[in-house]
Amino acid sequence: MATKNVTTASFKADVLDNPKPVMVDFWAEWCGPCRMVSPILDEIATEYSDKIEIVKVNVDEEPDLAMQYGVTGIPMMAVFQGGAIAKQMVGARPKNAIVEDLAAFLA
Amino acid sequence: MRDVIIIGSGPAGYTAAIYAARAGLKPLMIASSVEPGGELMKTTDVENFPGFPDGLLGPDLMAKFQEQAERFGTEILLQDVVEVDLKANPKIVKCGNGDTFEAKAIILATGAAYRELGLPNEKALSGHGVSWCATCDGFFFREKTIAVVGGGDSAMEEALFLTRFASKVYVIHRRDTLKASKIMQDRAMANEKIEFIWNAGVEELLGDPKLTGVKLKDTVTGAESEMELDGLFIAIGNDPRVWLVENQLELTEEKFIKVDGRSSKTTIDGVFACGDVIDPTYRQAITAAGSGCVAALDAEHFISTH
Repeated sequence: MATKNVTTASFKADVLDNPKPVMVDFWAEWCGPCRMVSPILDEIATEYSDKIEIVKVNVDEEPDLAMQYGVTGIPMMAVFQGGAIAKQMVGARPKNAIVEDLAAFLA
Repeated sequence: MRDVIIIGSGPAGYTAAIYAARAGLKPLMIASSVEPGGELMKTTDVENFPGFPDGLLGPDLMAKFQEQAERFGTEILLQDVVEVDLKANPKIVKCGNGDTFEAKAIILATGAAYRELGLPNEKALSGHGVSWCATCDGFFFREKTIAVVGGGDSAMEEALFLTRFASKVYVIHRRDTLKASKIMQDRAMANEKIEFIWNAGVEELLGDPKLTGVKLKDTVTGAESEMELDGLFIAIGNDPRVWLVENQLELTEEKFIKVDGRSSKTTIDGVFACGDVIDPTYRQAITAAGSGCVAALDAEHFISTH
């Protein structure tokens, strides 16, 4: 399952009210590390589609969401569970490291 | 089995690849999945790399290195090495995706990773006001007040770059003189958005869940003060990335990989190291490149005599 774009309008339905854990990838076009980590997140989303959803927030297009969650560095990956942030990671990291960090949600 | 595997893809790794490839060794470069190109990928203008009188962007320079390495037959793998056995014969390299490779010789060009202040809430505030990469995160600090910690060239470069966004950039430095090159010092001092705070160390990061300021301690008088900030960029240097090999190779006192004299020979036969991972002193793109060349020539000699 490919990762989809989330906007301020759809954030509540797609993320906060989602029964599954949702990892939100805050990213931007101009961010090199974001582009490097993006295909890795696509792979994780596909492999673990029954456990977790992965969505993207473009911080240029959705500055309000970035500000609301105090994002000042990207890529920032925040896992929401039950409407609140349960885990976050900053920076592009290898797939195995991200999967390891997500272990609690993928079990 | 391969002749040579190069671990790392900065100026040292790529130069080693160019020389090894031209020597017909068909090198395999394991470049990392998320940070190929190394430290220069995070910089903007590179003005001191010879051959480019007008300067060029760090990522563009690395794209040229890559093009040149591939032209002569370097195979580049976007994977991360998670384990090596350097004493085995042949030597074994394992990647994060489970792939395993064998080689007669290994060239380590793993570079250095940014240093942290070592404060308790540094990780929690990372991405929430605390950053190590101005070109990545500067965008979030439009019209904000921020500070850069450090006194070297990278601190000056970060501070100057951040003036594009921030309304005010403080440079917090532990001493009253800078380590940065004259040209970078002059530029930073001439910039009216930049103000220096001398003899100050960052004692505490304030704010939760977002950075709101720092507590500073005067390194001379010991006096403490607080300062309101929207962002803090840390540029206090780098530590050699040796975790992969530290139990197999001898390191220097400062935890760099130990090499024999001016060569790239480590304490294990057939294992060579180059670039920032062996260099506590110069740490320039051009010195790393020169050192990568040395490693490839040493590896070539080793392979032809073993």
